[in-house]
Amino acid sequence: MTIRFILNGRDVSVDAVGASQTLLDFLRLDRRLTGTKEGCAEGDCGACTVLVGRLAGTGLVYEPVNACIRFLASVQGCHVVTIEYLSGPDGRLHPVQQAMVEHHGSQCGFCTPGFVMSLYALWMRVPEPTVTQVETAVQGNLCRCTGYEPIIRAAVAVSRYGTPAADHLETERETMTARLRALRADTRIVTGPPDNLSILPCSVDDLADCLLDWPEATIVAGATDVGLWVTKFLRPIGPAIFVGHLDAFRTVERHGNALRIGAGASYSDCQAKLAEHIPHLTSYWDRIAGWQVRNLGTVGGNIANGSPIGDTPPVLIALGAEITLRRGRDRRTLPLEHYFIDYGKLDRAPGEFVESINVPLPGPDDRDAAYKISKRRDEDISSVAAGLHMTVTDGRILDARIAFGGMAATPKRAGAAEAALNGQPWSLASFEKAAAALARDFQPLSDWRASAEYRMLSAQNLLRRFFLEQDAQTGAPVQLALA
Amino acid sequence: MKDTVLIAGAAHTDRIHDSATKHVTGRADYTDDIAMPEGTLHAYLGVSEVAHATLRGIDYTDVLATPGVIGVLTAGDVPGVNDISPTGRNDEPVFPTDLIQFHGQPLFAVVAETRDIARRAAQKAKIDCEALPHALDPIAAQAAGYGHVTAPLRLERGYVGPALETAPNRIQGRMTVGGQDHMYLEGQIAFAIPGEDDDVVVHCSTQHPSEAQHMVAHVLGVPSNAVVVNVRRMGGGFGGKESQMNLFAAVAAMAAKKWNRAVKIRPDRDQDMTATGKRHDFVIDYDVAFDAAGRIQAVDGSFAARCGYSADLSGPVTDRALFHADNAYFYPKVRLISHPMKTNTVSNTAFRGFGGPQGVIAAERIIEEIAYATGQDPLDVRKTNFYGGPGRNLTPYHQEVKDNILDRLVTELEETAAYRQRRADIIAFNAGSPVLRKGIALTPVKFGISFTATWYNQAGALVHVYNDGSIHLNHGGTEMGQGLNTKVAQVVAEAFQVDFDRIKITKTTTEKVPNTSATAASSGTDLNGMAALNAVEQIKARLVAFAAETWNVDPAEVVFHANEVHIGAETLGFDAFIRQAYLARVQLSAAGFYKTPKIHWDRDKGQGRPFYYYAYGAACSEVTIDTLTGEYRVDRTDILHDVGRSLNPVLDKGQVEGAFIQGMGWLTTEELWWDEAGRLRTHAPSTYKIPLASDRPRAFNVRLADWSENRELTIKRSKAVGEPPFMLGISVFEALSMAVASVADYRTCPRLDAPATPERVLMAVARLRAGG
Repeated sequence: MTIRFILNGRDVSVDAVGASQTLLDFLRLDRRLTGTKEGCAEGDCGACTVLVGRLAGTGLVYEPVNACIRFLASVQGCHVVTIEYLSGPDGRLHPVQQAMVEHHGSQCGFCTPGFVMSLYALWMRVPEPTVTQVETAVQGNLCRCTGYEPIIRAAVAVSRYGTPAADHLETERETMTARLRALRADTRIVTGPPDNLSILPCSVDDLADCLLDWPEATIVAGATDVGLWVTKFLRPIGPAIFVGHLDAFRTVERHGNALRIGAGASYSDCQAKLAEHIPHLTSYWDRIAGWQVRNLGTVGGNIANGSPIGDTPPVLIALGAEITLRRGRDRRTLPLEHYFIDYGKLDRAPGEFVESINVPLPGPDDRDAAYKISKRRDEDISSVAAGLHMTVTDGRILDARIAFGGMAATPKRAGAAEAALNGQPWSLASFEKAAAALARDFQPLSDWRASAEYRMLSAQNLLRRFFLEQDAQTGAPVQLALA
Repeated sequence: MKDTVLIAGAAHTDRIHDSATKHVTGRADYTDDIAMPEGTLHAYLGVSEVAHATLRGIDYTDVLATPGVIGVLTAGDVPGVNDISPTGRNDEPVFPTDLIQFHGQPLFAVVAETRDIARRAAQKAKIDCEALPHALDPIAAQAAGYGHVTAPLRLERGYVGPALETAPNRIQGRMTVGGQDHMYLEGQIAFAIPGEDDDVVVHCSTQHPSEAQHMVAHVLGVPSNAVVVNVRRMGGGFGGKESQMNLFAAVAAMAAKKWNRAVKIRPDRDQDMTATGKRHDFVIDYDVAFDAAGRIQAVDGSFAARCGYSADLSGPVTDRALFHADNAYFYPKVRLISHPMKTNTVSNTAFRGFGGPQGVIAAERIIEEIAYATGQDPLDVRKTNFYGGPGRNLTPYHQEVKDNILDRLVTELEETAAYRQRRADIIAFNAGSPVLRKGIALTPVKFGISFTATWYNQAGALVHVYNDGSIHLNHGGTEMGQGLNTKVAQVVAEAFQVDFDRIKITKTTTEKVPNTSATAASSGTDLNGMAALNAVEQIKARLVAFAAETWNVDPAEVVFHANEVHIGAETLGFDAFIRQAYLARVQLSAAGFYKTPKIHWDRDKGQGRPFYYYAYGAACSEVTIDTLTGEYRVDRTDILHDVGRSLNPVLDKGQVEGAFIQGMGWLTTEELWWDEAGRLRTHAPSTYKIPLASDRPRAFNVRLADWSENRELTIKRSKAVGEPPFMLGISVFEALSMAVASVADYRTCPRLDAPATPERVLMAVARLRAGG
């Protein structure tokens, strides 16, 4: 069977696409489209940034992604746009390119195509971005030469060189949508060599069936972790079941007093609904990886992988989230924290998959916060992540739910700290007791991200920050903002 | 008429990088983008998984049984000398024969049909070795009795001992300064194509094609004339491709000759970061005497560096740390000693500043110590100790500072940045802010320009004028993003008085200019610009003589101007004139040469004039820290930097901005972390964090000191720009230090080591709060 997609202007069909074949190698080695660069092969530098256009519920959307960790099989039915497609047929520079040239946005030039692609995607959405919007858009792009200043100047000036309405991805939108519709597969695709099989189910039900047929298969959503198994650890991942194309698996909807996040929803897919319903998570969300990874990575994957340093589990546990696991037609639901049994040990049976996450919405009396501490502010893995939730009624703390990442072998609730707070008055003294209790909850490890000592002290201080921030008496600001 | 801009791309004008359009369209070719000949093979390194061990043997059975594997390349395959030491010390084998000296050391290479096959097969070798005890850092190495990888340097003037003992005020301290990975976006790569006889052509991402050429010849056991090394451009270098490409060039060339096929080698990012050297980290012990006003009387400094298992460039790097341990300050009596320690880690190497930044930050720590001890604004202590005044201009290496402009430069920055007012405001802010604290620091830099290996200060260029009037420019420097080619072409355009676009800048190749020096030490434009100008002057002299004779005018009446040549009353277009010269059989090609005058250095005596001149700059940074978590933000940075008469202000400004951010990264979030087994655990951008756009100062004002002019006869009175502004990042570090000090009411100089990660900032706050 073949994987079909559109590469720049052309229809492409590729036979026997192995699960571990990356889009970047396909572009550079098979097609010799060498404008897309490999800088790190782990989704952290952005030199390989391309746009992938996909038909979502709202129509054709173009998102910047890392070609290095995007598997070729996963671009089935998509429009892949590389740097080579930017200059129009007349060879004139694209407005983004013109702005970069005139603002001296390149020095060695190796990161430049990746920056151009990220800025292109930003300009399509926000023609006249603020500096903060630009910084957020290029969190996933490293430049070692310029110090970024000229790139930012270029980015805020792009609209002087052209408008998105005249851009060929915009003028071709209708025809491209039609072409992509024609590529949609309504049956399951199975392709690649037997030891490296790629499986693309045609629906969520079909996904459940695939997992019954291949219970040990690797489930690949955004591949922001699985991609590294291949590019860094050279691990076989076949058979692999790809789920990123299943729209019904990516929905984010309010159901009653909760937000239901499809396990295949990317971080980006969640952003609008989070802003509306769980606003304290929006700035936290912007600190998860970079834009390219937020477009690929999923909340479901972040949970399902069971990492002790995933960004979403602590803040979702604090909100009282539950997950639904499915095997065939059978479903079961459990509190998120119960899913994490021990390091590398999860409550998931062969053939079972995380289908959705149900996140209760904070109520008017609730006080909530989400904190992340990392060596570098943006696009870094957390040293410590924390979700805090409590209700304060008549000056008393009730229902404290506090969860930490980076403090134990799994994302874990701080039972002793919660107990120290529940029923106590809303006061700094209560939080000091909770901070002391935290030492009974956790014995963190030392590693290259942080020492045990720092993890503990900063975690305790996050409890103090929460009080100072939420307390009406505190005058001075207690947290750094970017803008 | 000379400086009137009537051509496009003249000297001293803003000019876009010559490859900018190719960069933004993805059409700029890097080594990995070159079309490969039919049958190209791929090599991948197999590496050690222990830090120190006796190597008994390697079993390649499973490697060779892998489908697609062509063979392995081992130490036994080296036809010439198994050594790639850039300083000729014979301590750096391509592959070791009996001793493993660091975790991640390359032991062999697999050659296969594809890179993927080679990479996977390289993991299948069975390495038989017996572990030995290892020492990872300079202190552990000293304790274990490890030696120096190269001879230490001692700089001494006057007797420090008595001065320290009788000092009215004396402070002793220790500071640890971390290393830094280059994190060039384009990793190491070499691509070799075998030729007839002994010949081989190597395309390589390198700052030093001549050395790659000489190393490949050395390893192959062939004369240098059999080897050609080419590089059109690098995707960043920063010193990491001054000697570290040798391994890759040698392996590619050996494999290409062994199998008579083209061979490419490109490590992945993790292997690039674990198998190649970095900036040296240092442990610095200082002992300083000063008077009540904070004026330094004597400094005794010891600089122990983690050099890794071999010398590489550690000798000149640790030397340069001492050369800059005074930064901008006069030390009446001084003794500085380097300890280039051998360690069981990758051999450290050149990185922008080349040891200088580690010296400068020691000087700045000494200033901060004195400021806290005497209760002064650190800027006052800095000014008190600047070079200048009678008898206060001699460096620890006995070179006189004659071109000092820091008084003017720092005062100007102090005013434009409103330093004094902001410092007062910050102290007031801190008094009322329990959690967030601010700090501000204004730090200077004085940086010596020239290779301290005097013979390196030479360069060549090759200029052709074709008979259609188009110009071909080649020189020995390499382009890694700094805009060297653009600036040199501006010099040529200016000298010929033709538009920039008439000049074709061609790849650097050992075939056109031989025996070049590394594009390093900020010297690229100084050296190659002069060499290119020399070539142009030779051609112009012939053209002037030809015109004077043919038109029967005085040579002074032959003037090149704005794409034309004026000969007496007549005017010809440049093309037409060149055509005439060609028909008259005037030689239209010349090899240019330049060597830096005035410099000399006697290392044994520790005396001389190692530097042709100094470049200066200063930065003022303001930060806010969160005393609950140690997180911080750079609120504002103002920079005033001296590049003499800039050849291209906009490119120079780009260098200043980029260097500042890189220097800030070195001192903030870029942390190299080895585990106890000697494994580097921060070995890719996922774990090693260079600054992002959002780490930039929230306000960033960068200006060039446009009033400055090099007092020496450098190329058009400009100054080098690559390295000096790197050290402006120290202003961020010292501002963080002030914010930390605020929690103990500025009474104590914080024991803040570099990099000042959020963890180190919080722990320093906690120590000060605990009274320690």
